[in-house]
Amino acid sequence: MKKEKKYFLSPGHNACSGCGQLSAVQAVMRGLNKDTIIANATGCLEVTTTAYPESAWGLPWIHSLFENAAAVASGILASLKKRGDKKTKVIVQAGDGGTFDIGLGLISGMWERGENILYICYDTESYSNTGIQASGATPYGSSTTTTPSGKQSIGSTQNKKDMLAIALAHNVKYVAQSVAGFPTDITNKVKKALTISGPAYIQILSPCIPGWNIDYGDAATMGKLAVKTGLYPLLEYENGQLIHSSITKNFKAEPVENYLKKQGRFKHLKATDIKAISQIAAYNISKYKI
Amino acid sequence: MNKTNKQKNKQILEGSRAIALTIKNIAPDVISAYPITPQTHIVEDLAKFKAEGEANYEYIRAESEFAAASIVLGAIAAGSRAYSATSSQGLLLMTEVLYNISGMRLPLVITCANRAISAPINIWNDHSDAMALKDSGFMQFFAENHQEAVYQHILAYKVAEKLNIPVMVNIDGFILTHSYEEVTIPSRSEIKKYLPAFKPSVGTYLDPKYPVTLGGFYSPKYYRQTREDLFKDMQKALLEIKKEWKALSTTFNYKNQGTGLVEFTGSKKATTIIIALGSVAGTIKEVIKNNNNVSLLKITSFRPFPAIEINRLTNFAKNIIVIDKAISLGNAGPLGIEVQAALRDKKKNIKNYIAGLGGSDITEKQIAKMINSANKKSDKVIFNI
Repeated sequence: MKKEKKYFLSPGHNACSGCGQLSAVQAVMRGLNKDTIIANATGCLEVTTTAYPESAWGLPWIHSLFENAAAVASGILASLKKRGDKKTKVIVQAGDGGTFDIGLGLISGMWERGENILYICYDTESYSNTGIQASGATPYGSSTTTTPSGKQSIGSTQNKKDMLAIALAHNVKYVAQSVAGFPTDITNKVKKALTISGPAYIQILSPCIPGWNIDYGDAATMGKLAVKTGLYPLLEYENGQLIHSSITKNFKAEPVENYLKKQGRFKHLKATDIKAISQIAAYNISKYKI
Repeated sequence: MNKTNKQKNKQILEGSRAIALTIKNIAPDVISAYPITPQTHIVEDLAKFKAEGEANYEYIRAESEFAAASIVLGAIAAGSRAYSATSSQGLLLMTEVLYNISGMRLPLVITCANRAISAPINIWNDHSDAMALKDSGFMQFFAENHQEAVYQHILAYKVAEKLNIPVMVNIDGFILTHSYEEVTIPSRSEIKKYLPAFKPSVGTYLDPKYPVTLGGFYSPKYYRQTREDLFKDMQKALLEIKKEWKALSTTFNYKNQGTGLVEFTGSKKATTIIIALGSVAGTIKEVIKNNNNVSLLKITSFRPFPAIEINRLTNFAKNIIVIDKAISLGNAGPLGIEVQAALRDKKKNIKNYIAGLGGSDITEKQIAKMINSANKKSDKVIFNI
C-alpha cells in the first residue's frame, strides 16, 4: 500500500479560514525534519491544533504555559544533551504576545545560555487568541480591543517593539524576519537557521483575519504588501551582520496606503496618521537597505 | 554492612549539604535552580559537585525560579529525571509552573527550604510557602531532621516516578538547612537498589521516534476527568508512601517509628495529643519525653493528608493541640483546619496554635504552656502563647 504523505502539521486544524499564521506554520514545517521536538506557547496555534484527544502534530510537541516555552525548550535540550542526542533539533513556537511581552524574560535567559534552539515568533501584531488586544508588537495606529480607535483615540499610540534588535543584542547567531505570503522564504530561513550552531530567531508576520479585519483570502497579500511598503522587510542577520534584505538599492516602496486601507484595524486613520506610518516605512528603508 | 563501614558513613553535615549529597547520589539528569535564602546552599553544593567532576547531571542556571521550574518541566517531559529547590517567594514565583507540572503528571521532586512570605519581607522559617501550594497537586513531605530529610528525598523520587505525581520535600529553613547534625548519606549504589533509573514508558515523553502531543487543549469533560484521576491517584499515594517507606527503612536499615505518613511518639492512650509538622517535633519530643499523658503525632505527609491515621491515633485523646507555622487568613492554621475536618465526627477539644511565624522561636516553655492549658477554656485559634 502506498504511504500517505506525512505532514508534520496535518490539515485537520480548526483555525479561521485563511489564517495567516497556519499558512506560515506549514511553511516552517517544510523546513524541518522528523528529528525535531517542538515547545509551543499558549495561543491560537496551540488551541487550534491540539483539542484533546486529537492532535494535528506529527512531531513530538509540548505546550506548558503562555510565557515559558523558551525555558521548557531549554529543559528539553538539557535532557537530549544528557542522553547524548546531538541529532534532534529543539524548536519554540510562540505568538507575539508570548514573545514580545509575557515571555520576554525567559527568552532572554535562553539566549543568554547560548543554547542551540530555534525560536519562531508568529507575529499577528496582537493577542489574537484572546480577542485582539494590543501587544508590544502592535504597530502605531492599529485599533485593537484594548487600544480601540475613537473620537479621542487613533488606536495604539505606541510603536512596535524592536524584537530583532533585542535578539541581536543577545548575540543571537541567526536572526531573520519573514512574512506569511512568501512561504519559500520562510522555509529557506528555517532550513538555514537549523544549520547554525547556537540560538536562532525567526519572526514571521502572520496576518490575522479577524484581528486585522481583512478578507478571508487576503492574508498572503497583506504579508506581501507589508514587505513591499517597507513596513515589514524580509531580513536575515548572521552573526550580527545583515546579510539579506528585501530592501535593496533598487527598492521602490509601494505607498503604505495600499497596505493600510485594506485592513479594518487601520480604517479610521487620517492622512496625518498615514503620513506618520509612512515615516516608519521610510526609517526601515534607510535602516535595512543593503 | 559491618559496623566499621556503618560508622564510616556517619558524618556531621549541614542540612543543605546532606540533601545535596543525597541528590547527587540519586543522580538526576537535569538540575535547574535560582538562588534564594535559605535554599541556596543546596544548589551551590550541587553546582560545586558538577564543577569538580563528581556529578554528571546537566546543571542549567536559570534567570528566575519561574524559568527553573519550566526548565525541569521540559527535561522531565523529554524523559529525564530532574531536581530543583527553592523557598518562599521563589516557590510562589514557580507556582504557575508547579500546577502545570502536576497537571501534566511529571514526577518532579523539589526541595522547599521553608521560609515566611513577604510582606513584610522576612527570610526566616515558617510554613507559609508550602501551605500556599497545598492544593497544587504536589505531594508534600515534611522532615523533622537531616536524616529524615535525606530519606524523604529518596522516597519522593520512588513514589513520584511510580505514580507520576510530583513531590515537594519541605525542610525548615535555617533550622534544618543551616544546622549541623549526624547523618548517614546512602551511596549511589545503595540508592540504585531501591530507586531504579527513571524510565518513562514509550509514548509518554517527547521523542522523535514516537511523536506525542503533551499539554493539549482539554474541553470540560476531559479536563474534569484529569482532576478526578489526579485526586484518586493521590489517594493511592497514601498506600504507596506507607509501602515504600517500609521498604526504604528495611533497605537502608533506617531505624524509625514513622510510617511515611505520620510518626507517633508516646502513649496511644494519652489524654492530650500534639499534632505538628517539621522540625518543631524535635522540641516537642524533648518536652513530653517523661509525660505519659501527652503524645506527639508528627505529620510527615501533609499531601496526601493522612486523615485515617489521625482519626485512629487520636482515638483515646480528649485534647488535641495543633501547632501551625502558617495561617490561612480568614480562617485558622492550615493544619488545624485539616485536623478539624478529619475529626469532625469526634468530640475533641481542638486548639490551634499559630506559632513560629517569620522565624520566631517555639520554645520548650511555650510547648509546656500549651500542654498545661490544653484543658482550659480559650479561643480555638491562639497566637499568643
